[in-house]
Amino acid sequence: MTRPTDTALPGKGMPAIPASKRWLEAVPWLLALGTYAAAPQYAPLLTQIFVMILFAMSLDLLVGYTGIVTLGHAAQFGTGAYVAGILAARGWITDPTMTAVIAMVAAGCIGLFFGSLMLRTKGLAFLMLSVASGMFLYEIANKATGITGGDDGLQGVVFSPLLGLWEFDFRGTTAFFYSFVMLFLTFIFLRRVVNSPFGWSLRGLRENDLRMSAIGCHNYRRRLTAYTIASTLAGLAGAVQAQCTGFVALNSLSFELSGAVLIMLILGGSGRLYGAMFGVPIYMFAQDYLAKRDPTNWFLWQGIILLILVLFARGGVLSLAERGFHACCRRRPG
Amino acid sequence: MEKLYSKSALRKALVSSFACIVTAVSLPGVANAEAVKVGMILTYSGPNASLGELIDRGASLYVKLHGKELPAGTTVEIIKRDDTGINPDLAKRLAQELIVRDQVNILTGGQWTPNTMAIEALSKQAKMPYVVMGAGGSNVTWQEPYVIRTSFTVWQSSYPLGQWAAKKGYKTAYTLVSDFAAGHDAEAAFIKGFTAGGGKVMSSVRVPMKTTDYLPYLLKVKEANPDLLFLFNPGGPAATAFMKAIADIGITTSKIKVIGTGDITTDEELPNMGRAPLGVITVHHYSAAATRKANLDFVAAWKREYGANSTPSFFSVGGWDGMKAIFDAVRAQKGKMTPDATMAYLRNWSNPDSPRGPIHIEPETGEIVQHEYVRRVEERDGHLANIEIETLAATGDPEKQFKAKP
Amino acid sequence: MSSTLINILFFGLSYGMILYMTSVGLSITMGLMGFVNLAHGVFAMLGGYATVTLMNSLGVPFFPALLAACIMVTVLGFVLERLLYRRLYGATELDQVLFSMALIFISVAIARIFWGPLAQPIALPKYLHGHIDLIGATIPTYRLFLLVFGSVVAAALWLGFDRTLFGARVRAAVEDHAMAEAVGINTDRLFALTFGLGTGLAALGGGLGAEILAISPGYPLQYIIFFLIVVAVGGLGSIKGPLYASLIIGLADTATKYIMPEAGMIFVFAFVFLLLRWRPQGIVSRRKG
Repeated sequence: MTRPTDTALPGKGMPAIPASKRWLEAVPWLLALGTYAAAPQYAPLLTQIFVMILFAMSLDLLVGYTGIVTLGHAAQFGTGAYVAGILAARGWITDPTMTAVIAMVAAGCIGLFFGSLMLRTKGLAFLMLSVASGMFLYEIANKATGITGGDDGLQGVVFSPLLGLWEFDFRGTTAFFYSFVMLFLTFIFLRRVVNSPFGWSLRGLRENDLRMSAIGCHNYRRRLTAYTIASTLAGLAGAVQAQCTGFVALNSLSFELSGAVLIMLILGGSGRLYGAMFGVPIYMFAQDYLAKRDPTNWFLWQGIILLILVLFARGGVLSLAERGFHACCRRRPG
Repeated sequence: MEKLYSKSALRKALVSSFACIVTAVSLPGVANAEAVKVGMILTYSGPNASLGELIDRGASLYVKLHGKELPAGTTVEIIKRDDTGINPDLAKRLAQELIVRDQVNILTGGQWTPNTMAIEALSKQAKMPYVVMGAGGSNVTWQEPYVIRTSFTVWQSSYPLGQWAAKKGYKTAYTLVSDFAAGHDAEAAFIKGFTAGGGKVMSSVRVPMKTTDYLPYLLKVKEANPDLLFLFNPGGPAATAFMKAIADIGITTSKIKVIGTGDITTDEELPNMGRAPLGVITVHHYSAAATRKANLDFVAAWKREYGANSTPSFFSVGGWDGMKAIFDAVRAQKGKMTPDATMAYLRNWSNPDSPRGPIHIEPETGEIVQHEYVRRVEERDGHLANIEIETLAATGDPEKQFKAKP
Repeated sequence: MSSTLINILFFGLSYGMILYMTSVGLSITMGLMGFVNLAHGVFAMLGGYATVTLMNSLGVPFFPALLAACIMVTVLGFVLERLLYRRLYGATELDQVLFSMALIFISVAIARIFWGPLAQPIALPKYLHGHIDLIGATIPTYRLFLLVFGSVVAAALWLGFDRTLFGARVRAAVEDHAMAEAVGINTDRLFALTFGLGTGLAALGGGLGAEILAISPGYPLQYIIFFLIVVAVGGLGSIKGPLYASLIIGLADTATKYIMPEAGMIFVFAFVFLLLRWRPQGIVSRRKG
């Protein structure tokens, strides 16, 4: 029933951007820094956007590259956030980088555990299992009030200054640069992964897993590896979130968050890493703007925008831009 | 060599430009002395918008009726932001933006304890006065220097209810609370008050928030057959569903007496409950049916503004008093707001004529001190109402007194 | 003790019936069209709103109001299918998720604009109030009614799908879409009709369940998990599957609440997780994995 995805593959095995246009890759990063320089009062929003981009990119590895549609990715995000938060709140380890590493390991383990249980199933069953995995952790965090603070959220989360130098201030300057660097490192890492032979085998799984196993690929193992990598990175996103806001709450494990990040990813266009970079800011700026203009009815506008997007701009903003670009190119003589 | 030199020059330039940015950020905003900005963060969208609307309406009603009573030349602008529900990250970011981007003088709102706690850390760092209008967790005002509360604490009503019940000669109780922080507070406070008076708690059960079917829990209550069933839930649809289930299983017609905080029979949900809650005893700080003149005026103004079918609730009165405290602070300083003067004023603020009776702020903690009322659900003019039958002595937050003693 | 057992059975089964009536439509449409329709709750919510509004504002009695609500929502579902849903039949799962989320957001906002943020009270007729005593157990009358009504709906659906030509066509289309088309079944029209039927059933569930699953703007988001669980556990495209799934989940949920109230929802999600691990295609499935 489902036709092969036209939303995905950029180009045909070549990097999405030709070598001569490589400088384009620097544009989003410079844009982010430029936005900050021009309007530093937007630092908190930008920080939250970076965290969500990081989270959405980790999801892209599953949804866009491997073809695993999950509605429970917040399970790993929340694990990362809670592990980092609890370590700091208890005063065990307050160093941001150390807690981030431990949070990543923890989220990776959770991902490995749930992944090994779920990844033999597909379609709706997998979707539901992923939902159940998220809800399961949510309920545990909700019940374990002694450790997590339950529904009040985790309080007294204070991290020591970043690298012993920069304190997390209320204007969000440190948080901005910290999340920016973390996002950049993650991006570099993910770009290597998706362009490696392993990354290509994931695309193969997405397109046709029968053929992949026919050529001798261990499908389940590959999927599990991808799931664990994505979980680890989601855990990093959660940890950065905890560090930048100094707070962890149950909603970091919620079904709503899993849904929202998926929407942001699809909005930008999945299967191209850059999708998250466009989808998340568009979604969050729109949310920020609409929620301010009309706080009571911003759900309506959000819904209408999504509807238009899915009916007329299938494949996300990037694929729309790509189509526009190609149309322009074709019109040019020669 | 030259290459190296230019590289480090570039680095220097980069560093200094970042330094410029950082200093630009950290320069304190010099606001127009007479234009006071108030940032209000509540839940305006999503499943929990109803409570936010009740607080907002109370606050807006005050602005509408008394917002013009300001020193000449002073204006107050209220900037509203939507935290979409229990969402501390978002709440904190919105507060951050209100402080940094909009340069507000006072923050208010504070509908949820988690969101409030997240904002408080910020208010401390930025020395930003924060008036909490809705949250009920005891820890909201504990050691936070820039916070006052105009709402209530769960302990404030549950603890005296326990004492009251023990004094009335009830021997055994069963507690059934919603499984979230406020529910845990209610459970602990009631048990403390009740057992100190000689009562015995048979069993304490916590109901998950997502549950919609309460009958199995109530079945167990019915079999235990206690004198009292102490209830606590977050109000709203859950309160109605609870009450209907209690009637359905026949507890209301048995010897078990249903008691709780005002949340289980909120004024806005009573019309939805049918006749089930008749005779239920609650303790709370506000009932729309109270006959004080200040309340009669308040309810009349409310109905003029929002329609005859709309009823203010205890959330609305928190919004009303919170806004009054803010406007009083603006008046006292003639619009020239400084954080410390604002706090000094707010920490000693009182309102002898609130719709809920006289209230004041405890200077040491920023906690509200108010009377609690024992109420019974009765029928008045064809509607159910929480009729106040007994006024209890005004108290601050009992939990803080226990914490402070040892 | 036996009265306790009867009570738990009754509460569990009647709760399961509510889940069944709100979810069975989703199972049919998802099974038939392979469409991940997260917005199913929207139709249940609208059914609830229509019922409540007809009763409270226009004074229509309960059952006629319920019937009218069903018809209205069925028509709405039919129209939406023709206008919007059919455009996405060939789309990826992802696009369908996004589309149905958009519908949820829009309907949440619209419900808030028209009915305000508070939950809508439903005033059931007098004869459904109160409780009756049965061998020492106290059975709320409305629960008994739900159990009976749910059984009738289940039986009617089973007869409709197993014994009529329409049902046979639907089953054929679920089994093999292309083949059904090849033997001359107009699947296009069949889809629209079935979708209307599915949404009508949702509306029925919304109206009947309003007493337990309160009707407020957040409805489609709040209960979506329950609907999806029932469908996933029951198996796509079957009529019996969701019934078994609803009753099992209703009973398991009720029994846990009674025996281990402190366990909360953890147990339910763990249970669902294990069920799905054991039978990924659901308890009863017409679709082959």
